[in-house]
Amino acid sequence: MEKRFDVAVVGGGAVGCAIARELCRYEQSVVLLEKESDVARGTSGRNSGVVHAGFNNPPGSLAARLCVEGCAGFAAVCRELGVPYRRTGKLVAALEAEDAPALERLLAQGRQGGVPELELWTPRQTRAREPGITSCGALWSGSTGITNPILYTVALAENAQANGAEIILDFAVDTVVRAGDGFVLRAGERALGADFVINAAGLYADRVAALAGDENYRIYPCRGEYLVLDKQAAALLRTPVYPVPRPGVGGLGVHLTPTVDGNILIGPSAEYIESRADTGTTAAVMERLWAEALRLLPALAQSRVVTAYAGLRSKTVPAGAQNFGDFIAEHSRVTPNLINLAGIESPGLTASVPLARLVCRLLREKKPLKPKADFRPERQRGEDFRSSPPERRRAMAAADPAAREIVCRCETVTRREILTALDNPLGVRDLGGIKTRSRAMTGRCQGGYCQQRLAVMLRDEYGIRPADIRLHGRDAWLFTGDVK
Amino acid sequence: MRADIAVIGGGPAGLAAAAAARAAGAERVLVLEREPLAGGILNQCIHDGFGLVRFGEPLTGPEYAGRFLRAAEERGVDILTRTMVLELTAERRLWTLGPRGYEAAAAGAVILAMGCRERTRGAIQIPGARPAGVFTAGVAQYYLNRQNMMIGRRVLIVGSGDVGLIMARRLTLEGARVLAVVEKLPYAGGLARNVVQCLEDYDIPLFLRHTVTRIEGEQRVERVTVARLDEAGRAVPGAERVWACDTVVLSVGLIPENELALQAGAEISPLTGGAVVGDDLQTSIPGVFACGNALHVHDLVDYVSEEAEEAARNAVAFIRAGRPAAGPLIPVRPAAGVRYVVPFFLRPGTRPLISLRVAEPMSRRRIEVRAGGRVLAARKFPRLTPAEMVRLTLREAAPPGAEAVEVRIIDG
Repeated sequence: MEKRFDVAVVGGGAVGCAIARELCRYEQSVVLLEKESDVARGTSGRNSGVVHAGFNNPPGSLAARLCVEGCAGFAAVCRELGVPYRRTGKLVAALEAEDAPALERLLAQGRQGGVPELELWTPRQTRAREPGITSCGALWSGSTGITNPILYTVALAENAQANGAEIILDFAVDTVVRAGDGFVLRAGERALGADFVINAAGLYADRVAALAGDENYRIYPCRGEYLVLDKQAAALLRTPVYPVPRPGVGGLGVHLTPTVDGNILIGPSAEYIESRADTGTTAAVMERLWAEALRLLPALAQSRVVTAYAGLRSKTVPAGAQNFGDFIAEHSRVTPNLINLAGIESPGLTASVPLARLVCRLLREKKPLKPKADFRPERQRGEDFRSSPPERRRAMAAADPAAREIVCRCETVTRREILTALDNPLGVRDLGGIKTRSRAMTGRCQGGYCQQRLAVMLRDEYGIRPADIRLHGRDAWLFTGDVK
Repeated sequence: MRADIAVIGGGPAGLAAAAAARAAGAERVLVLEREPLAGGILNQCIHDGFGLVRFGEPLTGPEYAGRFLRAAEERGVDILTRTMVLELTAERRLWTLGPRGYEAAAAGAVILAMGCRERTRGAIQIPGARPAGVFTAGVAQYYLNRQNMMIGRRVLIVGSGDVGLIMARRLTLEGARVLAVVEKLPYAGGLARNVVQCLEDYDIPLFLRHTVTRIEGEQRVERVTVARLDEAGRAVPGAERVWACDTVVLSVGLIPENELALQAGAEISPLTGGAVVGDDLQTSIPGVFACGNALHVHDLVDYVSEEAEEAARNAVAFIRAGRPAAGPLIPVRPAAGVRYVVPFFLRPGTRPLISLRVAEPMSRRRIEVRAGGRVLAARKFPRLTPAEMVRLTLREAAPPGAEAVEVRIIDG
């Protein structure tokens, strides 16, 4: 007999993990199922990391409402979870005079939606904030911020787990069988039961719904490519800077975003594609991203690209559609005890916790939810050597031999921080998991220095055979084995 | 901690500099080395060919490093291993982390000998997926030679730098099938001897004017698309070939490691990626000297050692004098066809060794160093390639009042 849960959440992105955590506030058993070897491997780990204010979405839409709510509470959630967050504000810059009316429209839309701290800025005010940006004025949004979306998602999952949720990785749901009022979910040979299923499968939301008998959804993947710049570029920009959004392009336009780690992101593009897995980058788009970034900030010309990546937006409207595809979070109209979330693209990260609350409200319509007395929203975060002052560094090194060795030189990550990442509660032991948790391999040498050290640590200290060491995912092997 | 001379990095440059500094009379010479064993990248270079110039015999990397390590130890150099320098200030204070904890050190002079790092896939922006199986050549070399870990079965090598050529042979010897080496330029990036000994001897094809336009593979590399390039370096439509392989090894250039120099505020040359130095190998920060691959990427380690020793002698002279040598500085200018020249400045009356690289292969040329209408050095070369460093010692110093020293290439 398979293990049974009260609620199963399908999908370990920011939304799924927020839902799992939120469900843990109540007396019930919760499982989160993720098809990859770690959470945040899909869209949640492949975006700009911007905590949006909410002025880009039509007032009254679910996306706008939840975004405003999410933005207002984001700092508090990050504090609870020990996740980096910075309230940077944001500029939407009018590069040409004809863009000015669009700023007015955004301002009006934002104010109508209850977005705080919106102002129209003159070119001079804009320059005072960002001297490198030449504009004909800008919309300033004071409540916008940035976070590390992967750490945020990981933290939600870990906190859910600490509060009783079971997190099962490498579980790609391939069959959903109705069993009484509940379900049996299968992934290959493995199976488990659940009374309720929350479908937070993102790009695969339509397929998971269909597995459960609900064919009312269709997801259109829309790829966005990014370039990541070396930290030396960080001095050139402190605020996310966006162009004026153009209708019908499928995104907010190529923008510049500082990251909490001190890099600058350029992107994303917007290109509808067939595949839901093709996160490859393309020469043509990389070239265009660079050109558009230079239009916003010409001084970037002196900086270096350290890497590129792409993410896929899960849209509910196809290419060319002029209508706005709002967030969907609702009871299935055909399958009882199934709640579907679909079309949660930007600003889904910002809205993740409000979406999770909404799911709890929907669930309460079907069953009683009794608050759990011992729910602990806080998550401890290890101390970070790099951002510690000299006295603190000295004390850390004095107390702990593992704090006397730097494993990743670009990001100044100590052996202690690597060990903490390796011993993560979800049990992720691939290099990708260490990378996202510790920042190792994310710097300018892209693991040239530390990847080999991490691989050797996995072999010599964790007893993982070289042939079993993975970069990310089950088949992402790094070694065939030993040299003969 | 206090040192007369602090050497950052215990590779071939750092060890040679430290031993030479002691020989020149510096009391307390400290080498700060982040690895458990000094020797730098040489420790993973198990092939031979090192030391032909200096010792007249072919040594392996560890053997070459071993000689300098012994010399440094015999001369009483203090080598702190497992110790990384995290910060350097213009006042020559260093913050280090190692077995002794996190501590500050002050030095009379600092010698930057951090070596170089490899350019990555991100830096050259190869489009496509990001599966496992893309390694830089030096990382591949470390896995095979130091850790006995094998990185793949069917390998495509991108770029024809020396480490990539060496790894083509090494991987073949270990049973991998090396399909080809592709190079975007019309000539090989590595030394001619490596093209012969590592590719031709093993029937590994070298495709010049070709580049990777796409990497595919969801989790591990599955396919790589290689395109032929036209004269302007653009992919020729239709001239593409897809290679089924599980591994890509990148050998696409080396970059001097200079985060500490930048942090301290030293001027960095966009041509070399290393510090801008004068004839005494002193950076724009008084008392901070640079040498080896941290200054500019060398072709032979023998020349790294020699340059490091020169830097050390100048560092010792600096601590004796307590200030940089005064005098006007004459800029050294590379003329057409010369990619860079080190040093970037020289003082009247000095006759330093000049190192340079040409921008493209050429034959039957003469390189001349001129200042104020006088030829300071000149030599004929039957053949010049960017892979090989050119070194010339000035026969004559620049005349007083010379505005610039020009390094040019002329026919014949």
